[in-house]
Amino acid sequence: MFEYNFHWRPVFRSLPDLLEASLTTLQVASLAMLLGIIIGFILAVSRLRGSGSIYWIATAWVELARNTPALFQLFFFGFGLGALGIHFSPYVIVLAGLTFNTAGYLGENFRGGFEAIPSTQLRAARSLGMNSWQAYTRILIPQVMRIVYYPMTNQFVWVVLMSSLGMLVGYRELTGETQFFASKTYRIFEYFAVTAVIYYVMVKIILGLSKLFASRFFRY
Amino acid sequence: MEQSVTVFSSFSVQDLSFLGEAALRTLWISFLSITIGSFLGGFFGWALYEMKIWGAIFLNPLLDVFRSVPLIVQLVLFYNFAPIVGLSLDAFESGLVVLTLYTSALVANVARGGIEAVGKPMRIASRSLGMSYLQDMRYVVFPIGARAIFPSWVGVALGVMKDSALVSVLGYVELVKASQVLITRTQEPLLIILVVGAFYFALSYPVSRYSAKLEKRWSQ
Repeated sequence: MFEYNFHWRPVFRSLPDLLEASLTTLQVASLAMLLGIIIGFILAVSRLRGSGSIYWIATAWVELARNTPALFQLFFFGFGLGALGIHFSPYVIVLAGLTFNTAGYLGENFRGGFEAIPSTQLRAARSLGMNSWQAYTRILIPQVMRIVYYPMTNQFVWVVLMSSLGMLVGYRELTGETQFFASKTYRIFEYFAVTAVIYYVMVKIILGLSKLFASRFFRY
Repeated sequence: MEQSVTVFSSFSVQDLSFLGEAALRTLWISFLSITIGSFLGGFFGWALYEMKIWGAIFLNPLLDVFRSVPLIVQLVLFYNFAPIVGLSLDAFESGLVVLTLYTSALVANVARGGIEAVGKPMRIASRSLGMSYLQDMRYVVFPIGARAIFPSWVGVALGVMKDSALVSVLGYVELVKASQVLITRTQEPLLIILVVGAFYFALSYPVSRYSAKLEKRWSQ
């Protein structure tokens, strides 16, 4: 039936390299996620409480991140800014693109989380003598974390999958590395099949760990 | 006499029509994959709901693959897999198949949620009134469920529209690929990239705003 001869040997020979590249993927995705969470919080708070230019900058960020393709965002940080004489390494392009995108999506999630908490809680906290920082970190954020935990998990999975766009800007994360080997050996199908399996396993591990984490920390 | 040959030429009005054509291709492949994928996904969602065991054993893990492997890997994989089984598909057809399956996997979950959103008592009541299973589905479950999932379906559809940018990897000249061609020729990356971004934004932003408004109105 198949006239095609599958050659899996080169794939297995470069499996260690692929696994190492998958660690690169996880590393850049985690860093983008971490930065995304921090900026996402800032964006959410700016949109809820900020006024004037702060509000508009945060809103523009969120809407741009959510309403344009991630690939476009990566290209913007890649050769779009290159036109202005700002050149980044592929790693920085991927990191900046992913962070920009993730921060936008998380900003919207967090805003929903903050809005779900009755505003009386913040006022009560302030009346008890907490300052704004204390009220946020001790009263609001712990509750928001609970609400946005699952959307956040999904977002992290998205970031891992989205980091595959690194291939298109020349960053050698898992997909980029796969592309590199595939074009060296012309075993495109075999390489990408193995990579697909690695991604699948990675996503399953992430979801499993996040469930474990949730059952440990979000017990009622 | 020395003749100078210019490789690069600046951005012209003709290029706008080239971009416009490419934008239509983006719209066309998105429209087709969202439409077919939604029907397919609706069917899968129904199957997941009705056939709990078979769905959990076969269908769900299968659909999970589309959600856990980067779209770019799926595209490259399928594009190189099709010739192996004797299909000769061009970039558009391969892209369409993958995007459609991807959409259906995302819609399946949403659709199952929609069916589950219709209360059991309501279903029992409609059957007690003498409606057949199909009538129950058509006149009770569909109107209520569709309304419940409409915002998330819009989210999926917009996501697919944006993700269709990735079909450029296969060489299909949609908007992002066209912008790359133009950038190579005109050496004006920033301008072209901003035009492309503005197109996606102009398409996605009003729709997402409208769906958010509907969601708010319906939840009251």
